[in-house]
Amino acid sequence: MGDAMATLHTRSAARLMIAPSVLLLLAWMIVPLALTIYFSLLRYNLLMPGMEEFAGLTNYTYFLTDPAFFQAVFNTLAIVLGVLFITVVGGIGLALLLDQPMFGQGIVRILVIAPFLIMPTVAALVWKNMFMNPVNGLFAWLAKLVGLQPFDFLANAPLFSIILIVAWQWLPFATLILLTALQSLDEEQKEAAQMDGAGALSRFIYLVLPHLSRAITVVILIQTIFLLSVFAEILVTTNGGPGTQSTTLTFLVYAQALLQFDVGGASAGGIIAVILANIVAFFLMRMIGKTLEA
Amino acid sequence: MARNVSTQRKLVTTVLAWTIGILIFFPILWTFLTSFKTEAQAIASPPAFLFFDWTTENYFEVQSRSDYFKHFMNSVVVSFGSTLLGLLIAIPSAWAMAFSPTKRTKDVLMWMLSTKMMPPVGVLVPMYLIFRNTGLLDTRSGLVMVLTLINLPIIIWMLYTYFKEIPGEILEAARMDGASLAKEIIYVLTPMAIPGIASTLLLNIILAWNEAFWTLNLSAAKAAPLTAFIASYSSPEGLFYAKLSAASTMAIAPILILGWFSQKQLVRGLTFGAVK
Repeated sequence: MGDAMATLHTRSAARLMIAPSVLLLLAWMIVPLALTIYFSLLRYNLLMPGMEEFAGLTNYTYFLTDPAFFQAVFNTLAIVLGVLFITVVGGIGLALLLDQPMFGQGIVRILVIAPFLIMPTVAALVWKNMFMNPVNGLFAWLAKLVGLQPFDFLANAPLFSIILIVAWQWLPFATLILLTALQSLDEEQKEAAQMDGAGALSRFIYLVLPHLSRAITVVILIQTIFLLSVFAEILVTTNGGPGTQSTTLTFLVYAQALLQFDVGGASAGGIIAVILANIVAFFLMRMIGKTLEA
Repeated sequence: MARNVSTQRKLVTTVLAWTIGILIFFPILWTFLTSFKTEAQAIASPPAFLFFDWTTENYFEVQSRSDYFKHFMNSVVVSFGSTLLGLLIAIPSAWAMAFSPTKRTKDVLMWMLSTKMMPPVGVLVPMYLIFRNTGLLDTRSGLVMVLTLINLPIIIWMLYTYFKEIPGEILEAARMDGASLAKEIIYVLTPMAIPGIASTLLLNIILAWNEAFWTLNLSAAKAAPLTAFIASYSSPEGLFYAKLSAASTMAIAPILILGWFSQKQLVRGLTFGAVK
C-alpha cells in the first residue's frame, strides 16, 4: 500500500521533472516550423512590407525549378559524401595507427584531436588565406618550390576545397570514436587470431572491421546531421560561389532570406531542406535504433 | 631477437604517427606562429618558420582596433549561459528518466534526438523574424535561448547515460536507512552525479563556443561572439594574416585547452553514449 503510493508519487514527480524539456523541445519543433510552412505559402518580401498575399505553392514551384536548387542539392550531397568518405577511411587508418604501441601516444592524440575544437570560421579563414591563397598561401609557395603554377583552390575547385576544410575538421572526430571502439577490442581475441595464423589483412577484415561496424554507423549518423548543415565554412570562403558552384541547400535558403529578403521563397526552400533531411534521418534513426538496442 | 623487431616496429610507428599528427596539427601551429610576425613577415616568401622577429603587437592591435575583449565576453556569456540554463532544465528530466523509467522513456529520448535532425535552415526565417520583432536580434539573451534549445537534446542524452550508471541499489539502501527524498538527493546521488554533470558542462561549453549558424545569423556588431567576430575577417581585411592569426589564436586557445582535458567526454557526449 505504502509502496504503491510511493511509486505513484515518484511517477507524477517524474512527469513533472520531464515536462519542461519536453514542452520546450515540442515548442521549438512546432512553432517555428509551422511559421515556416505558413510563410512558404505567402508572397512576402521584407523590402515590400504590407504587401503579403496568399500565393499557394508558387514559392515551391519557383524554388524547385530554379537551376540553383539542383546544383545546391548536388553540392550538399557532394559535401556530405566526400567528407564522410575521407573521414571514415582516414579515421580507420589513423585509429589503427594510434592503437599501436609508440612513444608519446598521448601527445599525438592531442595533436590529432585539435582541429575538431577549432571554431568553423577560424578553420575556414586560416585555410582560405594562409594555405589556399594563390599569391601568399603556403600551397602556392610549395607549388612554386617544385616548379608548378600556383593553383587558385577556392576559385577553380571551390567545392573540393570546402570538402577538404570540413574533412580536416571532422577527421579527428571519426578517429577519436573509432579509436575508442578499437581499444575495447579484446586483446586475447587478437592474439588468438594471430596464433591461428590469420594474417594482418584477414584479421582486419574478419575481426576488426565487424567490431568497428557499430562505431562506424555512429560516426556516419552524427556527421551526416552536422554536414547537412555546413554553413560558416562556405560563408567565409566562397560565399557560395563562383556563381553557385559551392552553394548548398542551407546556403541557398540563407541567401534567399537574408540577402534577398524573400521570406516566402526562403521558407519554401527551408521546408524542402527539412523534407530532404528527414528522408536521410529516417534511415539513420533506424540504424542507430538498432545499434542502441544491440 | 623478437624484442629487437618489436622495438624497431615501435620506432617506425612512432615516427609515422608523429609525422601525421604534426601534419594534421600544422594549420593551428602555423596560425600560432604567424600571430607573432609582422604583416610583412607573415606573407614573406619563402615563409619564415621560427627565425623571425617575434612581436606581440598584433594582439594589442586586434584588441584596440576591433575591441576583441567585448566579443570574447559575448562568447563567454553565451556559451556558459546557454550551458547552465540547459543543465538546469535537463538535470531533472534526465534524472527522472534514468531513475523512474517508463515504457515510453526510450521513445521520448529518441524523439528528443530527432529534434537535432531538423536542419536549422528550416526555421531560419521565422526565428529571424521573431527575433527582429521582439528586439532579441543581436542580443546575448537571444543567443543564449537559441543555443540552449539546440543543445538541450545532447545535454539530456549525455546526463541520462551518466545517471543510468549510478547503481539503483545504493538508492534502495539509503531508503532502507530511512533517508528522506531530499537527503537521498543531497547526500547520496549528487556526489555520484557530479562527474557526469561536469563532463556534460564541459562538452556543451565547447559546442556552444564553436556554434556558427545561429551566432552568425542572429547577431551583429553588439552581441557577436567570437565566431561572428572572426567571420568579419573574411572581407579583404582578412589579408592581414598576422592580425587574423592573433585574433584566431585568442579565439581558439581557451577551447583547445578545455577540449584536450575532455577527450573521453567528447566521444561519449557526441555519440549519445553509443560508443564508450
